[in-house]
Amino acid sequence: MSLRNKVSIKEFSFYYGSVPALKRINLEIRANEIFAIFGPARSGKTTLLKSLNRLTDLVYGARHTGTILLDEKDIYDPKLSLTQLRRRVGIVFDLPIALPMSIYENVAYGPRLNGITRKKQLDETVGKALRSGALWEEVKDRLHTSALRLSGGQQQRLCIARILALEPEVLLLDEPCSGLDPISTASIEETLTRLKKDYTIVLVPHNIQQASRVADRAGFFLNGELIEEGTAYQIFTGPKEKQTEDYVTGRFG
Amino acid sequence: MRINRKRYLTQNVAKILIWMAALSTMGVMALIILQVLSEGIPVFSPRFFLDSPRSMGREGGIFSTIIGTIALTVVAIVVATPLGVGTAIFLGEYTREGRISRVIRFGIGCLAGVPSIIFGLFGFVFFVIYLNMGWSILSGGLALAAMILPTIICTAEEALKAIPYSFREVSYSLGGTKWETVTRAILPNAIPGIFTGIILGVCRSIEETAVVILTAGSSLIIPTSLFAPVRTMSVHFYILAREGISMEMAYGTGAALILLVLFVNIVANWRLNRYIRKRA
Amino acid sequence: MTVEFKEKFIEKILLLIAFSSISILALIAFFIFGEGLPLIWKIGPKTFLLGGRWVPGQGEFGILPMIIGSFWVTFGALLLGLPLGLACAIFLCEWTPPWAGMILRSAIQVLAGIPSVIYGFWGLVVLVPLVRNYLGGPGLSILSGSLILSIMILPTIISISEDSLKALPPSYKAGALALGATHWETIWRVLVPAARSGIVASIILGMGRALGETMAMIMILGNAVKMPSSFLDSARTLTTNIGIEMGYATGDHRQALFATGVILFLIIMFLNTLAIVLSRRRVG
Repeated sequence: MSLRNKVSIKEFSFYYGSVPALKRINLEIRANEIFAIFGPARSGKTTLLKSLNRLTDLVYGARHTGTILLDEKDIYDPKLSLTQLRRRVGIVFDLPIALPMSIYENVAYGPRLNGITRKKQLDETVGKALRSGALWEEVKDRLHTSALRLSGGQQQRLCIARILALEPEVLLLDEPCSGLDPISTASIEETLTRLKKDYTIVLVPHNIQQASRVADRAGFFLNGELIEEGTAYQIFTGPKEKQTEDYVTGRFG
Repeated sequence: MRINRKRYLTQNVAKILIWMAALSTMGVMALIILQVLSEGIPVFSPRFFLDSPRSMGREGGIFSTIIGTIALTVVAIVVATPLGVGTAIFLGEYTREGRISRVIRFGIGCLAGVPSIIFGLFGFVFFVIYLNMGWSILSGGLALAAMILPTIICTAEEALKAIPYSFREVSYSLGGTKWETVTRAILPNAIPGIFTGIILGVCRSIEETAVVILTAGSSLIIPTSLFAPVRTMSVHFYILAREGISMEMAYGTGAALILLVLFVNIVANWRLNRYIRKRA
Repeated sequence: MTVEFKEKFIEKILLLIAFSSISILALIAFFIFGEGLPLIWKIGPKTFLLGGRWVPGQGEFGILPMIIGSFWVTFGALLLGLPLGLACAIFLCEWTPPWAGMILRSAIQVLAGIPSVIYGFWGLVVLVPLVRNYLGGPGLSILSGSLILSIMILPTIISISEDSLKALPPSYKAGALALGATHWETIWRVLVPAARSGIVASIILGMGRALGETMAMIMILGNAVKMPSSFLDSARTLTTNIGIEMGYATGDHRQALFATGVILFLIIMFLNTLAIVLSRRRVG
């Protein structure tokens, strides 16, 4: 783990119409760490995640103040290419969303947009992504069958592989295991721990146990505010704030 | 108890009436189809389909009118599909609900209700006379394209609406631009719906008489260019029946017309199911 | 920069396509009015709309008989088509054993697919002789026309009414049944009234369809230019007036046919707007 800051969130507030979803967030996420954002439902976790690659732009009537830096560069800079940003900061959603095409085409979707059209190069990229997503062994013989026939856990790993095919720098994961059985969850967590040497990972875990298993550092969110951040060990064993303690010990949420 | 008896009596009478309505609808459909087919199919022979009409259609076959029908339908579809799908994409993906989209939607709603004879008048004065295209495949095809445009737009828009929002989100998150998202993640999945609209358009073009008679003429000669006049099967049928030229040939043409429309529908359904199965 | 430029360019193209789609409506209005209005001004709107004589050879253009004819035929078609269509819609939503629903649904699909000239022809060879033999008159009559039209508008009425009945929340039905209403009372007193704006929209669209039908009506209405006095009289509608004479009309006569089109266009636009407003209210 290096100490270089990959993402810096500065005084960032976000509103849906007039409803505030995030209030003056200040947060540094370091390169090659797994940072867990946790908190009860509707505390702004997903909004923060989607702000990091500006998927929030799709929401009509949304606005923000403050800013977010990626490698010291403002991601809200109007001169910055949105598609480039999204290629550098990839996201995996809470439900596995495989597009209704073959496994191969799903993974090749991003690289093709990136302008890779040579079959050989595409094959290599897809193979590599599926290997890092820990799905290769299970699907290598049926790459050209529909991705919708995969199980839920396999589909979620496909979604991870699909992002990895773009070789992003930051990986955002929004409760990636919420619909999955324990075995699939274990396999995804293992994948994440392995991936962190190459990527910076921001994870919304689907429970506290998961956060404590995989995260290096963590931040607790409540009602759109960042209550406390610190190393995962410190937050889960000796939180400074009362609210964090209540949540971690299961008194609410 | 008496009151309840009366209420259930009403219910039973209503039930019987509703069944009668449903049965008579089915009955009328069967009557029309069977009448035309039973009189018409005996007229069928290879020569009926492969010979062109002679002596005003009293003798010979209907070959040139089949060619006319296909030519007009192809022109109409080729023109209306890109316009219609483009409009639907604009409405569904590129605008938020607002004044522009409301104006366009209202215009399309109105266009959908315009009677075919008005499209015929318009085609006649605009394509045939003003643009000087004469009675021709091109004039007729363009007028038909205008007529089927609302159908194609509405079905395509429905098809786009049915694509889950999450597909769009995934495509954007993988660095897709709007157009890439539309062409790669949305359109391929909306094709069955769009195809349904096109088939509806094909059927309406085959059936239409008023528009065609005013814009494409009623020549019985096999066309050699887009600027040649043609007669479609519907127009041929209409002229045969109305001018009493030959009841026998009229029945034959009518039966062929009905079978053609049914055939297009059945084939379309079959292809569509295969496409859907292949992707799932 | 080039990617952004391409995206902007595509967006503009799509906007252009969308506007050219609706500009067809404007073009239609422009050309029909351009051909028709001069004649209406020339002979006076009042003479044109309320004149009872249509003798193109003598320059007399009064379309009142056609307006009346159109409304008689349309009214007759609704008189029969509406109860039949509503009953079929109820059948499809409420009481259907699935097999019967499937048969009726495909029957309606086939009905919607039959070309209008075939309807006209069938009316001519089957209905017209029946009317002539059993009820008298020429047979080519408003009654025959209305009967055929009522079948032709069935698919429109059924599908829109069915949609609006289906769109009702299930709680309406459950609530009414829980209060002890019979199934029929639930349908007739709760569901149908709740779906009424959709049903009205279906009536209006059916009306538009009936008013706009041309070829079938030419074949069975008899086309006489006179004020109809009974359902057994023959008649001419706005559409058939255009359809019959367009083939050979020139000069003022042709303009008068376009003027007939203007009136038809205005009536249809009015009905369309009404239907669109009504169905929007249903959504909102």
